[in-house]
Amino acid sequence: MIEGAAAAGDVVELELPARPEVVSVARLIIGALVAADPLFDEERSADLRLAVSEACTNAIQAEMAGNRKESLGPDAEPIVMRCVLADGQIEVAITDHGGGFDPTVLEAHPDVTSPDRLNYEGGLGIPLIKMLADHLEFRPTGDGTTVVMRFEPRTPGIRPVIGGVNGSGPAPGGG
Amino acid sequence: MDLRLEVSERGEWSIVEVGGEVDVATAPRLREQLIALVNDQRYHLVVSLEAVDFIDSTGLGVLISGLKRVRTHGGRFSLVCTEPRILKVFEITGLLAVFNVCETIEAAIAPEDEDEALADEVAQ
Repeated sequence: MIEGAAAAGDVVELELPARPEVVSVARLIIGALVAADPLFDEERSADLRLAVSEACTNAIQAEMAGNRKESLGPDAEPIVMRCVLADGQIEVAITDHGGGFDPTVLEAHPDVTSPDRLNYEGGLGIPLIKMLADHLEFRPTGDGTTVVMRFEPRTPGIRPVIGGVNGSGPAPGGG
Repeated sequence: MDLRLEVSERGEWSIVEVGGEVDVATAPRLREQLIALVNDQRYHLVVSLEAVDFIDSTGLGVLISGLKRVRTHGGRFSLVCTEPRILKVFEITGLLAVFNVCETIEAAIAPEDEDEALADEVAQ
């Protein structure tokens, strides 16, 4: 074990074949990277595995749609997963060559509790990533998209509240 | 990681016990299983996620389509799940409000509104 390695900025970059079976491999990799960082507990590790699973699934499906095939041939372009561990944060970027994607189209889905929502099987992946990641960004590349997700550790017992006041600071000493 | 599926029957109910990981690679098998049951006119389904280690939105999508499929036949669809890590995925997507989630298979296949039905009988 190399102490302080993460603080110096560890980078792990992998090319993965754009096939459904590799999504579980991507989850294993991010799980192993997070396990080496004591700032990230088991629950946060589960958040990262889920977010990476969603982003890799989207990347593979984008490549399938771009190639108009149900399964990709051996000459299909790989997806690239790049993880940077630095300053107590983990940044994961997933790049596909699926021809680009418009994240705003997802807003067209009805609310999840609406009866009409049952007509849509998909569309939950990106809202899930938004809930799990501290930062989410879609960067168009020449022939596809890079999804950049940043994760900070969670303080046990404190969950982020959408639109709420940041309560993660030290508690005032009585009063 | 693989997906495990075990199907059993209890009266009008079919119980699908799922194990392992449900993602884009494995969810199609669960989808096919649910479609096969409905095609066999098994419209009351319980899907137990008690042995599931991981589920993502692809797996949730298959469950949503299963729910929709049995509802079009007037059937019932319940989940069994007590593992906090799996329940969290349903919670943050708002799907806890969509699915009937039970703690045990017995609770899932219990008659609906048993207390109310009993109260109605007593009232008459």
